Amino acid sequence: MTKKQKLVVIGNGMAPGRMLEHLFEKAPDAYDVTIFNAEPRVNYDRIMLSPVLSGEKSFEDIIIHGDGWYIEHGVMLYKGHKVVDIDRKAKTVTSEHGEVAAYDKLVIATGSAPFIIPVPGHDLPGVLTYRDLDDVDAMLLAAQARGTAVVIGGGLLGLEAAAGLKERGMDVTVIHLMPTLMERQLDPAAGYLLEQELERRGIKIITKASTKRICGETRVESIELEDGTVIPATLVVMAVGIRPNGALAKDAGLSVNRGIVVSDSMQTSDPDVFALGECVELNGNVYGLVAPLYQMAEVAACHLSGDADKRFVETSTATKLKVTGINLYSAGDFAEADDREEIVLRDATAGIYKRLVLKDNKIIGTVLYGDTADGPWFFDMLKKETDVSEMRESLIFGQVYQGGAALDPSAAVAALPDDAEICGCNGVCKGAITSAIKAKGLTGLDDVRAHTKASASCGTCTGLVEQLLGLTLGDAYNPSAVAAMCSCTDLSHADVRRLIKAKELKTIPAVMQELEWKTSCGCAKCRPALNYYLVCDWPDEYADDYQSRFINERVHANIQKDGTYSVVPRMWGGMTSSTELRAIADVVDKFDIPAVKVTGGQRIDMLGIKKEDLPAVWKDLGKAGFVSGQAYAKGLRTVKTCVGTNWCRFGTQDSTGLGIKLEKFMWGSWTPAKLKMAVSGCPRNCAEATCKDIGIICVDSGFEIHFAGAAGLDIKGTEILGSVGSEEEVMVHVVALAQMYREQGWYLERIYKWAKRIGLDEIRKQIMDDPKMRQSYYERFVFSQKFAQVDPWSERVSGKDKHEFMPMATLLPEAAE
Amino acid sequence: MNAVTQNWVMIGTLEDIPRLGARCIENGETKIAVFRTADDRVFALEDKCPHKNGPLSQGIVHDGCVTCPLHNWVISLETGAAQGADEGVAASYPVKLDGDKVLLCL
Repeated sequence: MTKKQKLVVIGNGMAPGRMLEHLFEKAPDAYDVTIFNAEPRVNYDRIMLSPVLSGEKSFEDIIIHGDGWYIEHGVMLYKGHKVVDIDRKAKTVTSEHGEVAAYDKLVIATGSAPFIIPVPGHDLPGVLTYRDLDDVDAMLLAAQARGTAVVIGGGLLGLEAAAGLKERGMDVTVIHLMPTLMERQLDPAAGYLLEQELERRGIKIITKASTKRICGETRVESIELEDGTVIPATLVVMAVGIRPNGALAKDAGLSVNRGIVVSDSMQTSDPDVFALGECVELNGNVYGLVAPLYQMAEVAACHLSGDADKRFVETSTATKLKVTGINLYSAGDFAEADDREEIVLRDATAGIYKRLVLKDNKIIGTVLYGDTADGPWFFDMLKKETDVSEMRESLIFGQVYQGGAALDPSAAVAALPDDAEICGCNGVCKGAITSAIKAKGLTGLDDVRAHTKASASCGTCTGLVEQLLGLTLGDAYNPSAVAAMCSCTDLSHADVRRLIKAKELKTIPAVMQELEWKTSCGCAKCRPALNYYLVCDWPDEYADDYQSRFINERVHANIQKDGTYSVVPRMWGGMTSSTELRAIADVVDKFDIPAVKVTGGQRIDMLGIKKEDLPAVWKDLGKAGFVSGQAYAKGLRTVKTCVGTNWCRFGTQDSTGLGIKLEKFMWGSWTPAKLKMAVSGCPRNCAEATCKDIGIICVDSGFEIHFAGAAGLDIKGTEILGSVGSEEEVMVHVVALAQMYREQGWYLERIYKWAKRIGLDEIRKQIMDDPKMRQSYYERFVFSQKFAQVDPWSERVSGKDKHEFMPMATLLPEAAE
Repeated sequence: MNAVTQNWVMIGTLEDIPRLGARCIENGETKIAVFRTADDRVFALEDKCPHKNGPLSQGIVHDGCVTCPLHNWVISLETGAAQGADEGVAASYPVKLDGDKVLLCL
């Protein structure tokens, strides 16, 4: 076996990440790889920062390579290490922390830096760029204070930043130097439509505007334009372009112009040093879109693995804007000229604009706004230089119109040739996707992403990939089988929960309107779920929707098979007294209650009560000091206890007292599904705490906190969250855990299923290891309890929802005859 | 019993029934559930699911249907017929609005 060579990579962005994927596939054992990353994190999908900013995705969603990937491939990753020196003679690189690594081959992928307009005030605090996750975090922090944001630059990035900040509740103005937005990708007509749409969303647009200075004493306060206009601003985002980072390469004596000069094999002026990504200059061009960068990655990987034939070939790239609800597509050259013709379709009512630019009967450019379905088809003909004279008359109506095929959206995809490009980012063509689906038995979008990379980057081709899945698999493909919350929407519970927060939706009608529900008022599956999510997320603002509650939660009792109800009063920690028992006995006699039963959660259940008797039953129970036991709730139910040190010769702590404390603190809280707890005073575990949603086992040294047990349809022992020393710590940890579950669980998802989905380590990390996180969960729970701890029984005894408990009319016998 | 005469009885006002909810009418031994939809239409069904006699009046009302609280059968308010794969029909009664008065036909 030959000795492995040493490969050092400077930079851990998308281009080198992709290069390593190719390299490990082609030559898994050729190199020992070391990566220096100036950012303190793993490789993530930079194109998806805009959805993170707008709240549609989280950082975890856009990670390309998690820590495990680096370990799996034996990669040494230095996070937060910026390389300060390359010694080409000694073949070593040195990081700012003094780490030195030797290389046989070096790859420079230092990316680019945002361009900062050198106006006065550009260095004030509050002036940001839009480049990496730190920028997004800084913007999110600024957005918390609401306030006004000014985005300088009306290109792709600037507009995505503006839309994201608007979603986050800021007052946003975009300042753009040119007369229309995105002039590099859009013609003036489409630019105008885009401007209209953004203004309709409340984003102010000022075109032909040049920044004179940024003003402020200690931080940014306003921005002044050349024409004297002053716009107040608490945040300024500069998104006016990028500059390749070539300084390090230049210091090392490599040839650098605008970017690091490379050949079409991605080699710099030193054959052992490669460069790729946004830092390079190739044939006089620099690149910022992902598709050419991924092509560079493949070329570099080929050369590193010994295939010296692969060359970078310039291709045109199509552009899309990633702002939810805005569809635009552009490709090629769409400038007007004498030797060009154009075909334009406008539909003002539908907000559709389509333009094709032809030269010698071939498409050389296209701009689509509003309806972009035919974009890939036009782009395919553009790249192939197809002669369109035969279909010129009907060309603009799209592919489906050709030959009069039925107007089925998937027909357009079906008609695409096998070599038509579906995923522009990753250069995946239709044939590659369909053959992977067939050969590997892929059944879903995630499978296709994993195997082909199609739709795994910016995601705008997701619809096309789904249609290919549908065409290839026929009825066997059911995209909504796992994902959708119910048949009223295609969104999953996860999407809905995220969007409720991101878009600050605070009523059920708002959710249904904004998230485009397919039914007018939902169904019995989604309404209770939405009601819970809104109660949980906006405890002080949301008014509970009575009609979206299941009957048990509406009448605060459990419906039985014959339509009668059962009533369970709270007995804190399972303790009771002769007075309480006497009161229960009296109620049973007075209302002729047919059955009385002790429950598994140490409570007393009275069964067979007529609905109209419920308020009177509660009134009598209330007089004896009982409140609702919430035995019907998707919420905290019982805390079961043993007698602990009070009586038991083995008890190590006051388990009864702790159980009562927990129950008194947590009663009334709504949770995704029922939440049952227990506290056992010693490891003999008489309260059966190790099959509960949350359980405590008292030991000599303190308390073990358990969670995620099940003893229902599934049987499962608990997992250990961690150990703490005092009752106070138990309270904080348990409450924080419950709140984390409240915020992340899907409706009807028990805690053990949630924990399986989220991962036990992640939960331990947030609750046990991160005191700040724990405290913030705890505080949010405490806040929501202010609104939740109202005894529903006494409310109804005082007349609330009175109509529920009496017939609307009792017809006299003669009327019925 | 008079089978020919249609007998419209006023049972209350629209306001008595919560939107997307139901109220019950006791007609001798029979319980009738009167439903009000989101767009203020009213429907009346016998308060008995064709599946296992669940009280339909206690279900969640949505889009012209009610979901039975016992086993989640979905019943059409207009016809009383079970939706989807389930089979069975709950008895339905003509009901109409005269201004805000709700009239039930027995």
